[in-house]
Amino acid sequence: MMTVLSDALTIAGKDLRSEFKTKQTISMMAIFAALVILVFSFAFDPTNNAVKAVIPGLVWVITVFAGILGLNRSFTSEQENDCLTGLRSGPIDAASIYLGKVLANFTIVTIVQLISIPVLFVLFNYRFTGSLLWFVLIILAGTLGFIIVGTFLSALSANAKNSEMLLPVLLLPLLSPLMIAAVQATRIALENENIENAIAWLQLMSAYDLLFFAACLLLFEFIMEGS
Amino acid sequence: MKELETMLELKKITKMLGDKLILRNITLSLKEGETLAVVGPNGAGKSTFFKCTVGLLQPTGGEIILDGEVVKKKSAAIKQKIGFLGHESFLYNNLTPLENLRFYGKLYKVKDIDRKSTELLKEVGLYLFRDVPIRSFSRGMMQRLAIARVLLAEPKILMLDEPHTGLDQEAVALLNRIIKEKQKTGTSILIISHDFEQVHTLADRVAILKKGKIVDTVQLNGEMGLAEMKDWYEKVVMGA
Repeated sequence: MMTVLSDALTIAGKDLRSEFKTKQTISMMAIFAALVILVFSFAFDPTNNAVKAVIPGLVWVITVFAGILGLNRSFTSEQENDCLTGLRSGPIDAASIYLGKVLANFTIVTIVQLISIPVLFVLFNYRFTGSLLWFVLIILAGTLGFIIVGTFLSALSANAKNSEMLLPVLLLPLLSPLMIAAVQATRIALENENIENAIAWLQLMSAYDLLFFAACLLLFEFIMEGS
Repeated sequence: MKELETMLELKKITKMLGDKLILRNITLSLKEGETLAVVGPNGAGKSTFFKCTVGLLQPTGGEIILDGEVVKKKSAAIKQKIGFLGHESFLYNNLTPLENLRFYGKLYKVKDIDRKSTELLKEVGLYLFRDVPIRSFSRGMMQRLAIARVLLAEPKILMLDEPHTGLDQEAVALLNRIIKEKQKTGTSILIISHDFEQVHTLADRVAILKKGKIVDTVQLNGEMGLAEMKDWYEKVVMGA
């Protein structure tokens, strides 16, 4: 188990080092997020109180669609020089490849959220009065679930001809329960409503994360064999 | 005289891809310190044979024994003993040679990675380029670095898939020198190649793979000339 974890950290470290050098994916995701926020800030009047209701949905629209841009690159980048075969022929478990990719993707998406969510609040003139701890927990649980499923499907679609189109088609329906829970929980946390209601949604998100994490970890080996 | 131990043994290997039988009952062995070359026409199943041997594909039937242990998908300890040089370099374009070697060194649990990486980069003539991202490297430079990557973990068996393809004379000489050094230290080597000249220079034994079957093998040991070897290949493959 420790070996799987240390190999996963090595793979995640390699992916992040490569990404921070080129900033190719992260800048693309940040630009996309900024454009979405900008367009929506013009589409809705930020002074209107009803607009605040859009913010929880926007947080997840930015996360999912900017995240898909990064997820698309996650495994297609391994096809350069057939690096995936290099990993598969190495003395490592397929689970460590999956875990490493999940860690790297999660870090990248979290960085984009750290940049884009404050920008969203500023442009929508939103003053944060909710519970920061719960808000952060909900964002982390939702993002983790998205990355767990997204990374798995990104590996699955990487060999397809139109992988960029295939990934959202496969991913978005699977994400529906998670996104419903995430948007509802985010709304409760932002509006400073009774936090007990958010906990129920958070529990649903945690169950989703655990279930899909176990399933993806077990099935990843079969994807690797077919690639 | 002490009998050399068998490093790699393939017992009645068959492999089906879809409904096609690619490998048919392949039985082959490679002794410790021996160099075996597998040659054959295009579509004979060489790549599939190699993927099964490295553990990238699971054979449909039969078993592969490497250093006394059966090769399975999950046998990390066995994969540690294999140095696999494929068609591609398996190297990351955004990373420098040193970063690429460090990454693979960590995966292969190599001790003293930095010292070994530096030594290998000097050996393959890339030390001056150690901090340059490899995306600008030529095919020859990539192959040199790929050789360093393979040697980093000090494998007991080298599996080389057409290693001379696209290399200039200098790089070919470097690769051959390294292979010969490894032969002296008792490393077993399995080569797949179309380059008869290199096969003749390096191999102790040559096997011909045709339509998924090993149809003939010959011991070279300096007794068979290059022309004679080519004649033998043509006779077996073309039935001349």
